[in-house]
Amino acid sequence: MKTLWSRRRPVLLKDVALESVLFKRRAAQGFAIIVLALLVLIARYGWLQVIEHSSLSTAAEQNRIKSRPLPPSRGLIYDRNGVLLAENVLEYRLEIVPEQAGDVMATVAAITAVIRIDPEDLERFGQLRQSQRRFHSLPIKFHLSEEEVARFAVNRYRFPGVEVVPYLKRFYPLGADLGHVIGYVGRIGTEDRERLDDPRYSATTHIGKTGIERYYEDRLLGQVGYEQVETNAEGRALRVLGRVAPKPGQNLYLALDARLQQAAIAAFEGRPGVAVAIDPNNGEVLCMVSQPSFDPNWFVNGISRQNYTDLLAASRRPLFDRTLLGGYEPGSTIKPFIAMAGLELGVRTPSDTVFSTGEFHLPGQAKGYRDWKKGGHGRIDLHESLAQSVNTYYYQLANDLGIDRLSSYLAGFGFGQATGIDLNGEAVGVLPSRAWKQARYGKAWYPGETVISGIGQGYWVVTPIQLAAALATLAGNGIHHRPHLLRATQASFDAVIVPVPALAQGAPLIGNATHLAAVHDGMVAVMHGPTGTARRVGANAPYQIAGKSGTAQRVTSAKRSASGNLNAPESFRNQALFMAYAPAAQPTIAVVVVVEHGESGSRAAGPIARHILDVYLLGAAAPPWVSPVPASAASAPLAPAAEVKPIAEPAR
Amino acid sequence: MIDRDLLGAIRRRWQRWWQRSRLDLPLLGALLLVATVGLLVLFSASAEDPQQVLNQALRLGFGFAVLLVFSRLPPMWFRMLTPWFYLGTLGLLVLVLLLGEGRGANRWLDLKLLRFQPAELAKLALPMMVAWYLHTRALPPRWRDLWVSCLLIAVPALLIAKQPDLGTALLVSASGVFVVFLAGLAWRRILLLLGLGAASVPLFWHFMHEYQRNRVRMFLDPEADPLGNGWNIIQSKIAVGSGGLFGKGFMDSTQARLDFLPEHTTDFIFAVFSEEFGLLGVTALIAVYLFIIGRGLWIAANARDSWSRLLAGSLSMTFFVYVMVNGGMIAGLMPVVGVPMPLISYGGTSAVSLLAGFGLLMSIHSHRRLG
Repeated sequence: MKTLWSRRRPVLLKDVALESVLFKRRAAQGFAIIVLALLVLIARYGWLQVIEHSSLSTAAEQNRIKSRPLPPSRGLIYDRNGVLLAENVLEYRLEIVPEQAGDVMATVAAITAVIRIDPEDLERFGQLRQSQRRFHSLPIKFHLSEEEVARFAVNRYRFPGVEVVPYLKRFYPLGADLGHVIGYVGRIGTEDRERLDDPRYSATTHIGKTGIERYYEDRLLGQVGYEQVETNAEGRALRVLGRVAPKPGQNLYLALDARLQQAAIAAFEGRPGVAVAIDPNNGEVLCMVSQPSFDPNWFVNGISRQNYTDLLAASRRPLFDRTLLGGYEPGSTIKPFIAMAGLELGVRTPSDTVFSTGEFHLPGQAKGYRDWKKGGHGRIDLHESLAQSVNTYYYQLANDLGIDRLSSYLAGFGFGQATGIDLNGEAVGVLPSRAWKQARYGKAWYPGETVISGIGQGYWVVTPIQLAAALATLAGNGIHHRPHLLRATQASFDAVIVPVPALAQGAPLIGNATHLAAVHDGMVAVMHGPTGTARRVGANAPYQIAGKSGTAQRVTSAKRSASGNLNAPESFRNQALFMAYAPAAQPTIAVVVVVEHGESGSRAAGPIARHILDVYLLGAAAPPWVSPVPASAASAPLAPAAEVKPIAEPAR
Repeated sequence: MIDRDLLGAIRRRWQRWWQRSRLDLPLLGALLLVATVGLLVLFSASAEDPQQVLNQALRLGFGFAVLLVFSRLPPMWFRMLTPWFYLGTLGLLVLVLLLGEGRGANRWLDLKLLRFQPAELAKLALPMMVAWYLHTRALPPRWRDLWVSCLLIAVPALLIAKQPDLGTALLVSASGVFVVFLAGLAWRRILLLLGLGAASVPLFWHFMHEYQRNRVRMFLDPEADPLGNGWNIIQSKIAVGSGGLFGKGFMDSTQARLDFLPEHTTDFIFAVFSEEFGLLGVTALIAVYLFIIGRGLWIAANARDSWSRLLAGSLSMTFFVYVMVNGGMIAGLMPVVGVPMPLISYGGTSAVSLLAGFGLLMSIHSHRRLG
């Protein structure tokens, strides 16, 4: 054997027998190596299939099963009488699966012959195509009309991979009537996504952007459902393995009365302004008008650039919600609250009188503060001070109260603070006070500023919702209810309607019933008394009204203009304010109306307030809205043209 | 009585036919078994595509026909033809480089009537030629014999590697190396050559195509690019591992059916088998492969002459390389190389050349030394 292996072996003859033995050795050695190698191979399979089995099985399952979110349908919104304010309507869109369609652009071109497709849609489709996989369905056109759906159905066989797909779209049946209150949903944008990072939105494409839609987003959204889908390596779903149905969002019942809202809007006749009505018994907001308005439906699937620039450019700012953000001088509408402060703080009794000479002077100051009536009103008590809106009474009262007591008492009515209504972003306004002025201007308070604060001018800024809430507190015997829109909720269509629990009410602000009665009577006299400034507004009412008018300048307008000038351009005219509640004995509605650039509160805003009261209290029996006689044509005005501005800025 | 006579007559007739048929029944049975399993796995892996299964069955049928024909021919014929066959194959390999076609790599030669890969011919021609060269020499081979053998191996192997078809080049060289090994090349020379080979790895790296380098890189670290080059190895391991001890069951492979597994009817079909039949199935199938190899080596050991011995032994051991390289690749034990799982992977030419090789084995078997 050894010799066979030796290099020194000289003989090169073949040794057949030895070769055979040698081969057998080698074959055996080779076979042994092969057996060893295959054992290693089997061991490797054993390692993968036994030791790593569970982790690799998990990997296989993760490969296979994908979870697909299903969008919940958004909760509906109703008014207090069940009128639908926001719904989900079935619409149809045209979708194309590029993989099945073959030549996509040729298909799209052929479709154009059947259904009109805008260049804007085509552009969007082109962008989508870049970013999506070929077997994903891409929308070409939304909002197909019934005729288009029918026309496509007839031609369907010509377009493989093209389909009409139903989807739910948010729709606001009343459109612009409730644009600010209900708000709108819009496509979830990148900034929303960053903010949300929330699995609840995994299937949802729209989110509440403004109004009720935004404030109650969590209730309206509902719960996302899931579908377990078996997918292949390309991510294409092959079959559904399991399904957790989505839960629809809650239906919301608002306190709003759509009929009242529409009546109020009609009465504005296109003039810019605000109307807010609240039930003083519970703080429910009955109507919330901000004119001009906008149609929220424009925003649902993305507003066109043209519409948006038009809305932004409009001089009267239709997107601006005046009910929450509009800052107005309250003017004379503040007087009942000042009177209340005088009575409750013991500075006045109802029978105390002040003599009106037509001009009020602070001791030692030459500067005069005027009454609206030349020569003054004479000796006036609290009742007449309200009925005739006597400035001198309130100059004196404010001065006697002092700014500190005045502002701390009025703070109880919610001035200078957010009302807490269930909408986002309300303004807080300004309740004049030493602290406020110090913080805002870093300057000391002057006595003259107290005097004009008594008639709702100077630094005063109120929002209509604030004034309405304060009025409702006054009308509700001094008990404060937070104004709110949501009245009841419903988990689903067939579920019971559950009222929202009553909000905590504030402690009574008014301790003495005779004080309340005195102010109340004064406000009734405004509407029904022989000297009442708004007796024309209150005329022929089948119920008793308590009210107060006010005329002031819009705070935002930089230039202070001469009062009551109807020939001046609108923007230089006064803001007309009017507030009223009724029936006076047992009020069920308190309303605040502002007409921008109207000439006076009782003339421009009063009739609108009266109409709202009529519609709410009389229902179908309410007299129809009659456009008031143009003020310029009125020969002898019964009511004063305007409350007169102070002749000069207070002394500094 | 009559029955017993009849049975006896039938048995005699059977025995006579059997002696003339020149077939080794155990080997043939094992081959048929593997081929049947292969068709079943293909049915599952191709998502129950009867067309693919039929195609493969036809090719296997053709392969077995070649096997039967070859088994009837005496080995001496093949031995005599060997140099011409080898030269012809070399010629075709050169031709394929000049005017071949095929996606990515030029492997196919279109001869109008039939398209085939000349590299498959080399799988037979090369071991035949090395054996032919060595069978007249005194064994074990000397240095001079070794160098000649190396040359005989290197020329076709390099031509195939140039196509580029690394897998076949590997199989072809292995078949030649096995001849030299079985011829009794001294172990210290083998070790010396192995050392030389290891030292020349950087040289190989230099001549490798980028995609081949990527395969090696991916083998070393598949997680580096899980969706790209690492995808195959990761998904194949997932398929194997998720099969577990008993497998998911026939036709229940999710990895293949949902297209996560690449090439799941060809190079990666054994992953489908592993997923569906588990470790038990893998062990059983490898056992059958081992039996085939062992039976082939047994036939070689009993062969009449040196050429037959070397050739039969080399073909058997090359069969092992198929199993090892493909099985190792699927289990992440070896880099991705285009070597099919014998008689199971979809694809005709390798099945036909394999079965033709077994035809040679059968021929050698029927002309063995008796007693």
